[in-house]
Amino acid sequence: MVGESGCGKTTTARAIISLDLPTSGKINFEGKDIITIFNSNNRTEKLKLRRKIQYVFQNPYASLDPRMTVADIITEPLIIHKLMPKQSCSQRLYELLKLVGLEEYHAERYPHEFSGGQRQRICIARALAVEPTLLIADEPVASLDVSVRAQILNLLRELQQKFNTTFLYISHDLSTVRHICHRVAVMYMGRIVEVAKTEDLFEEPLHPYTKALISSIPIPDPLAKKTRIILSGEVPSPINPPVGCRFETRCTYNKDQNCVKNVPKLVDVGNGHFVACEKTKK
Amino acid sequence: MVKKILKIEQLKTYFYTWAGIVKAVDGVSFEVNEGETLGIVGESGSGKSVTALSIIRIVPSPGKIVEGKIIYKGENLVEKKEKDLQDIRGKEIAYIFQDPATSLNPVFTIANQLVEVILRHQKISKKEALEKAIELFRLVEIPDPEIKIWNYPHQLSGGMKQRMAIARALASQPNLLLADEPTTNLDVTIQAQILKLMKNLKKKLGMSMIFITHDMGVVADIADRITVLYAGRVCETADTKTIFYNPKHPYTQALLTAVPSLILKTEKLAVIPGSIPNLIKPPTGCRFHPRCEYAQKYCAEKIPDLIEIEPGHKVACLRATELNLKSPLGGIKNK
Repeated sequence: MVGESGCGKTTTARAIISLDLPTSGKINFEGKDIITIFNSNNRTEKLKLRRKIQYVFQNPYASLDPRMTVADIITEPLIIHKLMPKQSCSQRLYELLKLVGLEEYHAERYPHEFSGGQRQRICIARALAVEPTLLIADEPVASLDVSVRAQILNLLRELQQKFNTTFLYISHDLSTVRHICHRVAVMYMGRIVEVAKTEDLFEEPLHPYTKALISSIPIPDPLAKKTRIILSGEVPSPINPPVGCRFETRCTYNKDQNCVKNVPKLVDVGNGHFVACEKTKK
Repeated sequence: MVKKILKIEQLKTYFYTWAGIVKAVDGVSFEVNEGETLGIVGESGSGKSVTALSIIRIVPSPGKIVEGKIIYKGENLVEKKEKDLQDIRGKEIAYIFQDPATSLNPVFTIANQLVEVILRHQKISKKEALEKAIELFRLVEIPDPEIKIWNYPHQLSGGMKQRMAIARALASQPNLLLADEPTTNLDVTIQAQILKLMKNLKKKLGMSMIFITHDMGVVADIADRITVLYAGRVCETADTKTIFYNPKHPYTQALLTAVPSLILKTEKLAVIPGSIPNLIKPPTGCRFHPRCEYAQKYCAEKIPDLIEIEPGHKVACLRATELNLKSPLGGIKNK
């Protein structure tokens, strides 16, 4: 899921694990409505769900308890979900540490003793400890140094291939998205404007916003041909959003009354490619 | 002959902390030619910002310039008195900070902050200064400048704030602009706007610019020449094309291959093992050797000098000439 800051990527993800409650709508996970379960008092069902959906947060400096050792951090979910008795956790702990490329002696250390990249590895190990079916990674490399990003991205890919976990990868950085995702949803001002397979989206973006977004990524090649679409203006305030298409104020297409008045629907244009633009359909 | 507007020689800026001496900048040398944009590339902790802060001598305590020369228009800024420096800052050399939100004063209007800078360096009336401020706002393409100028910083978006910071930096038509990651906190579509604006303004006003960034994509777009920093030292300096197509330092090459990019679709990203060294106890010899795949035993012992291997291409690597490094973009055979 890609989009610029404030487009609602993180809010969507947080709604999935019920950190932010949705105003309306449904979230179906494995055929069940998550919101009803999270709103109920059924603790066992809730726990079951929490175990299946795990979250890796953006900032590894803020998402690890500074007073817990790595061993405590990674084994806590095992204990909460009663997956194994406390005594036999260490085996699984070392397994997990190895999985994310850390050493056994790291287990007794505290978060402050690690670099950003290593902390993100700890967060990933903690999320994987309970063998989730859905892993939400919210900008997992945004706060890391460029030379360390590649390590984490490769790790995520390897882990996915190994455990066949479903990832919801959230980012504003389209180049990492191209590297890691199979399908991409583009968000703008709280709505999805385009969904497609990664290759299709990058080769043949349909929505004018996606086109502009892709063309504004700086290419690390001084000789690259630049056909940049530079959008004028900025994202309007979501307190008072445009009535029809929310991109209408910055759109490079010739807009008409229809764009201003009617909300475009997300329509299938074939091959699993969806786009929400009245102009594109024709 | 190209005139050099700024020349830095063996600059060393250390921070004296309780934990030890942090050698943030440890022998950095480079030059900026008149009218060009020099890109400084490096990761966090490579000394990019400290180098820029050193140039206008605003290194925060406990940091100090320990050694080296900063020659601006024939004068060594390191030896200048604070009073003389105040006439240089803003007027001759201006600075755009990374985070526009924290480099603007929240309790004053934009007009107030712009007029203050203009009056400091120019002998004109307040009214004229205000007109000038509005003119500057128009220059950085802010819509409705007459209205927007009376806003407070919090009323502007990130992109607008950065435009305002650019306007403030340009207030006295500086000869050299230091831009420290001016687009890092902005969204890509806004970043594209700001980069285009900065390129146009540089051409229009005929300034020289030092553009600091960690983004290889941004630097490819804006810089004429590039200096790559790693752990407080220069790895490589060359023109932009050479850095991207014919890198001679293993770190430059690694930076190019490890960064996910839209044009290079690779199955697995190349990885630079390890992380950035601790600058209190930096590695001996070449600072990149613990992470370098080409490192030899002598790399840990001898500090590589910055050597000009071909005209305008300087590299600090003991194996620079023997290694046949390949750029992921494919080397240019006939330049």
